[in-house]
Amino acid sequence: MAVELDVFVGNTIIMSEEVYQLWLDGYTVNDAVKVRMEGGVLDEFDAKVDVVLSDTMDQYRTFQMCERLLHSPTKLANQLLFQIPPHRQATLIERYYAFDDVFVREVLGKKLSKGTKKDLDDISAKTGVMLKSCRRQFDNFKRVFKVVEELKGPLVENIRQHFLLSDKLARDYAAIVFFANNRFETGKRKLQYLTFQDLAFCAGQLINNWTVGAVDNMVEDMDVDLDKDFLQELKELKVLITDKDLLDQHKRYKHLCLDGKLSTLFGKQRLLMRWRLISRGLVNIATKLTNTKDVRDFFIDLVEKFIEPCRSDHWTAADMKLYLTHYTNSAHILDTFKYQVVWDRYMGVIKSCIFKMYHD
Amino acid sequence: MPGKLKAKIVAGRHLPVMDRASDLTDAFVEVKFGNTTFKTDVYPKSLNPQWNSEWFKFEVDDEDLQDEPLQITVLDHDTYSANDAIGKVYIDIDPLLYSEAASVISGWFPIYDTIHGIRGEINVLVKVELFNDLNRFRQSSCGVKFFCTTSIPKGYRAAIVHGFVEELVVNEDPEYQWIDRIRTPRASNEARQRLIFLMSGELQRKIGLKVLEMGGNAVVGYLQCFDLEGESGLVVRAIGTACTLEKLSSGSGTHTHPNTAPASNACNSPSKDGKEPVFGEDLPSSSGPSTPFRALPTSSSSPPPFSPSKPCSRQSSSSDTDLSLTPKTEMTQSPRLRPGIFLCPSSPILSTDTLSLPGSGTLGCGHYSGLRATTPPPLASTHSDSALLRKSVSFTEDLLLAASGMGSGSMGKDAGPLKTLLRQQTQTALEQREFPFFTLTSFPSGFLLHVGGVVSARSVKLLDRIHNPDEPETRDAWWEEIRQEIKSHAKALGCHAVVGYSESTSICEEVCILSASGTAAILNPRYMREGCLDLGGSDQRFEDPSPSSCGFCHIPYDELNMPFPAQLTYCFHCRRQKVPDVLFTTIDLPSDAAIAGKGCFIQARLCRLKKKGQGEANATAISNQLPFMEYELHTQLMNKLKLRSMNALFGLRIQISVGENMLLGLASATGVYLTALPAPGGIQIAGKTPGDLNTEQHILNIQKRINDTIAKNKEFYEVNPPDLTEEVVGSPIPEPRLRSRLFRSHSESSDELSELDLSHGKKDAFVLEVDDTDAVEDIHSLLTDASPPKGFYSCNTETMPGIYNWTSALQMFTSVRVLRLSNANLSNQALNKVFTDLCENLLKSFYFKLRSMIPCCLSHLVFSVAVPEEDLIQVAVTAVAMTFDKDQTQEKPAEKPITKGCSEAEDQLQFSLELCTDSSSINSQSSSKNSGVPESSHLSTRDRCSTWLELLRLKAHTIRRGSVKTSRRTQSLAHSVSSLEHSSPLTEGRSRSLRSSRSFGGSSVSVVKMTPLSFLPGTRIVKYVGIINMFFIRETTSLREEGGVSGFLHSFVAEVFAMVRAHVAALGGNAVVSYSMKDCVLMENPNKNQCQCLINVSGDAVIYIRETDQEVTGSTANIGLSCTSSADGAT
Repeated sequence: MAVELDVFVGNTIIMSEEVYQLWLDGYTVNDAVKVRMEGGVLDEFDAKVDVVLSDTMDQYRTFQMCERLLHSPTKLANQLLFQIPPHRQATLIERYYAFDDVFVREVLGKKLSKGTKKDLDDISAKTGVMLKSCRRQFDNFKRVFKVVEELKGPLVENIRQHFLLSDKLARDYAAIVFFANNRFETGKRKLQYLTFQDLAFCAGQLINNWTVGAVDNMVEDMDVDLDKDFLQELKELKVLITDKDLLDQHKRYKHLCLDGKLSTLFGKQRLLMRWRLISRGLVNIATKLTNTKDVRDFFIDLVEKFIEPCRSDHWTAADMKLYLTHYTNSAHILDTFKYQVVWDRYMGVIKSCIFKMYHD
Repeated sequence: MPGKLKAKIVAGRHLPVMDRASDLTDAFVEVKFGNTTFKTDVYPKSLNPQWNSEWFKFEVDDEDLQDEPLQITVLDHDTYSANDAIGKVYIDIDPLLYSEAASVISGWFPIYDTIHGIRGEINVLVKVELFNDLNRFRQSSCGVKFFCTTSIPKGYRAAIVHGFVEELVVNEDPEYQWIDRIRTPRASNEARQRLIFLMSGELQRKIGLKVLEMGGNAVVGYLQCFDLEGESGLVVRAIGTACTLEKLSSGSGTHTHPNTAPASNACNSPSKDGKEPVFGEDLPSSSGPSTPFRALPTSSSSPPPFSPSKPCSRQSSSSDTDLSLTPKTEMTQSPRLRPGIFLCPSSPILSTDTLSLPGSGTLGCGHYSGLRATTPPPLASTHSDSALLRKSVSFTEDLLLAASGMGSGSMGKDAGPLKTLLRQQTQTALEQREFPFFTLTSFPSGFLLHVGGVVSARSVKLLDRIHNPDEPETRDAWWEEIRQEIKSHAKALGCHAVVGYSESTSICEEVCILSASGTAAILNPRYMREGCLDLGGSDQRFEDPSPSSCGFCHIPYDELNMPFPAQLTYCFHCRRQKVPDVLFTTIDLPSDAAIAGKGCFIQARLCRLKKKGQGEANATAISNQLPFMEYELHTQLMNKLKLRSMNALFGLRIQISVGENMLLGLASATGVYLTALPAPGGIQIAGKTPGDLNTEQHILNIQKRINDTIAKNKEFYEVNPPDLTEEVVGSPIPEPRLRSRLFRSHSESSDELSELDLSHGKKDAFVLEVDDTDAVEDIHSLLTDASPPKGFYSCNTETMPGIYNWTSALQMFTSVRVLRLSNANLSNQALNKVFTDLCENLLKSFYFKLRSMIPCCLSHLVFSVAVPEEDLIQVAVTAVAMTFDKDQTQEKPAEKPITKGCSEAEDQLQFSLELCTDSSSINSQSSSKNSGVPESSHLSTRDRCSTWLELLRLKAHTIRRGSVKTSRRTQSLAHSVSSLEHSSPLTEGRSRSLRSSRSFGGSSVSVVKMTPLSFLPGTRIVKYVGIINMFFIRETTSLREEGGVSGFLHSFVAEVFAMVRAHVAALGGNAVVSYSMKDCVLMENPNKNQCQCLINVSGDAVIYIRETDQEVTGSTANIGLSCTSSADGAT
């Protein structure tokens, strides 16, 4: 007595968000049925396994047919095959493009290529996200990347318009695209403690301040590529460490400001030592950014050159903020320092990135 | 009479990639109508081409306009090899042919390919310029409106209900032609699709002609079906009820009615034209439906050989008159007519036909007559007798018929005196209109006087090749025979009409079961006398002594001479007339019927094994089984009805499907407790051997469970009859000794059965014999029938009895399930169990899937079963889930029917009210909407209205041709008025603006609601924009890749919905009502990775507005504006 065929089609799409999530998470039909039965929500309805199975199958089929449309969400609005109420459309899209932070953390900064796709098994095993779901998420990244790559205009806005995503999600995708494009190294052990949200925030900062788009907003790849001219200008900051006068002046001003304000009780000597190290580190990062390889190591450098030393001294986040603020500002008072604009553009981003990356 | 068809190809979108190299497509479009083809330019390298073509103009006959679809083919241009087809769109332009409906078809249509499904969309504009010269001798019937809805469509009133129309068209099935061996599956599917489009167009045109001949302007309850007879051909047949409909337009009425020809307003040009025949052209057309002597099988040799309107006598007479008066008709008819020949052979053939098989493939056996009204009727006995009787009677009738036919024919020569004579005859004929069939299932109050019970007839036939498609006489004869039988059954029940009439077939290889069923009824004599049905009229309330709440339950037949055993009591409502104990009908519950509690979906299922056989032996075996199956289904229904303590069934539909090795029977109905009928007794279990203690105990247990179930059901369905007197309440468990037993074994002769039945007491309980294995099964199935979960109700009728406060959420769905019987050697019982479980599980899964809609009712549950292959059972269900407001249901179950009746009447009333009142009275009208119409004004307006109607009819006779102008004028008048005045049905302006915003507005897709019901809760249908009747084939050679059969069918059903919605939207509509899936034929071959499916759907495209909108907005112009703006806003 085998059911050969079992189909239920409504004029308006019939879906439950719970099943949709199970589908997105990569559950097989049978596993999904199990989860639903255990969920207990169905108890009150006295649903038998076969009924739940049939329902799950129908929905899975519907989702599979919708998937093609979800790949270009704008089509979903004017396709004729399914009648989907607007709020349902929004849910379908938003959920489809949602991703697991654990997963995205793994592929962040990696090339979105076939090679990476092959590694998804390992990532799946490592993160506990089902392979099917990994594939969907990875393909989403890739798709968004491909579409946005050739578009002019602001990155976030492009993503939002082409994929009809919410602002939050669009920003996250922008970050992913940005990371993938610049191939920032995020996988090193030292960086493991950073969450996706930390990095996404940093990406946002970089996009808003360091890209071509920050200056000119009608260029191709404007938000994806860093502003070459700016990077070139950063080289000039070298004076801060090479010019002995400037260095000393800078140091002095800062000490004046900081005196007595830091909660950590450092010996003056120690602080001085640190200062040299830190200052050198930050300026070095800036000057090397013309080199693609060093751009990739941007986050590692930040951690190694700044965060780790501070952490080893047990700075609190508040101290660090204070310190960085004064460090930035004190450069303004240097009369011979001519690169105020570049310095601000650089330090503004560095500051907020470090704030975000510095966990107590 | 030519017309000009214009089509413009605007753009395409989402096209598939046809060129792998570039990932793009070079698309162009071929537009074909008839034999003319136009092409657009190639739009290179785009998936969203913008052709923006010129207007392609086709100059064609309106006959072709009706028959042919506009065929649009999208292709990919290929420089080196043949162009690849992307897909096609067929557009039925019929809706453009009546003036009231859509004026343009415009919108995005899915491009459909029978192998790949939907492949992108195309934006098309289609217009028709019809030269409105009203040639009455034409072969076309443009302007006759078709409605699937089985009641008078909302916003219309029926001035005259003319009666039954039917037609069938046959052709060779392209799938079985020799050429099919060498052409691709795609070509074969397309040939088939196109042919069926053509055939149904032709069929509709022919039916339209008949309607015009009868003087009508519309067909209501239009039911079209396909019979895929395989080798022997393809039959498309349709039945319907011809009416003269008048539009109730609140705006137009006020001024037009008194003087300017209301006729032209009411029935537009075609009907204007059509009106004449009633008096002028020929007698038979009007006498047709009423004639007591119906055409006999094989009697006429014309392709539309039989219909009530065209009995064979008519053929002769009309051919004569045609000769003298109407040369054109004669021309086209003559090839089919064989005057002089056909009258003579008809009688002899008849007599042989029923007895033996003169090569027509008829098997004389198997006319099963089911008089299904109360307790199981004496089936077997009436069966053979009636057949004999019928034969002899019909013979004489035939002679009579011939005589009268000759008479009228000769008179036709003389035009002057002819008219008066004809008029007289018409009148007498109308008086004799004894057996009209009506495909309608719900009627305005006062129309239906008494209901006798269900009449049905089945017949088993052997299919043979249809040699000459132009003369489908055998098929016609078969149906004729069955209808004849239905008629005689109705007569036996003392009824002169059959309502809720429908026909169906089931085909397996060469065997075909034809079925027809309906409800015998007595209609208002006033209507019969005058031949005019004034639906708004309430005069019958004076004439008819019985109140409408119970009148229809009163027996129509003679109490002393009952056609079948039944227990009669005095009506519990009026106490004046007799009612049966149980009432079965195929119609919807009359809106004013008094009921208690809620209704309930009841289903009887039966599965019977059958030996495989061939030819006649097989047919005989099947026809021998039929009566027993019907009997068993009937018993099941009865038991289940009693188990729910209800006493009437509405919407009864019994389907018997034949497969190679089994027969399936499925009876669905909606049970109701009619307060006019006596309370049902309980169910009594009895053992054969009372001495056995074990059995005794067992029986007691079962009995207890049954009683518990009854009590539980009573509570669930809130069946609490208001005034249950002592006398009425039968104890649920009557004393076993006093009861006579109903033996259920089949060997029992039905005569005995009836005697036993007669001896039943008044407060009888149903007795089930447990020793009978069948009974055990029965009891088992009785008790395993789960009632729906809390918050769910279900029914198969239009409205759920007992629920009136619908909210607007609805979800129409189609579900198909196929079960493979793994074990070939199943017993009947096991098979029954499997089948029952299949149906029950389907219901359960509906409840589960739709649980978010609770409180909710599944309405219009239509099950259709088939045996597509050996060991396969297929069940397809279409229904709608509608939410309702729970709180109010409990408040006023008693009060509601009245208000409901009013709201029903409101539609019809509105017109008349506004006719007679100034705009000042509009307020009173709107207030009366809420409170129920004050009786006095009610009556007076109706009176006036009916006199006005007389006037109208007189006018119709005097006004002849110049109607084009008048109709125009009234229409434009209607517009100006409606735009000035308050709430009126949508004007052209609005629909146009709606449409334009849709087609050019861009991306967003308008929502199209679909429902199998004739209404949408919380809304008001303001316009019917055309009938939807579509047929699709889908085939795949990569079944596994498409997700198996389920995946394949799932996407196909979704595609069919999408195409229906697109067509409706293109017509300017926003909903489909009376939607139904007529056929779903699935053939699979998983081994070859192949599958093919055919689906036929139909419905009425409408424009609705929310009820609240209507009240709020002062003028339609505003609505139009707001709609456009909102649509614009959305895009």
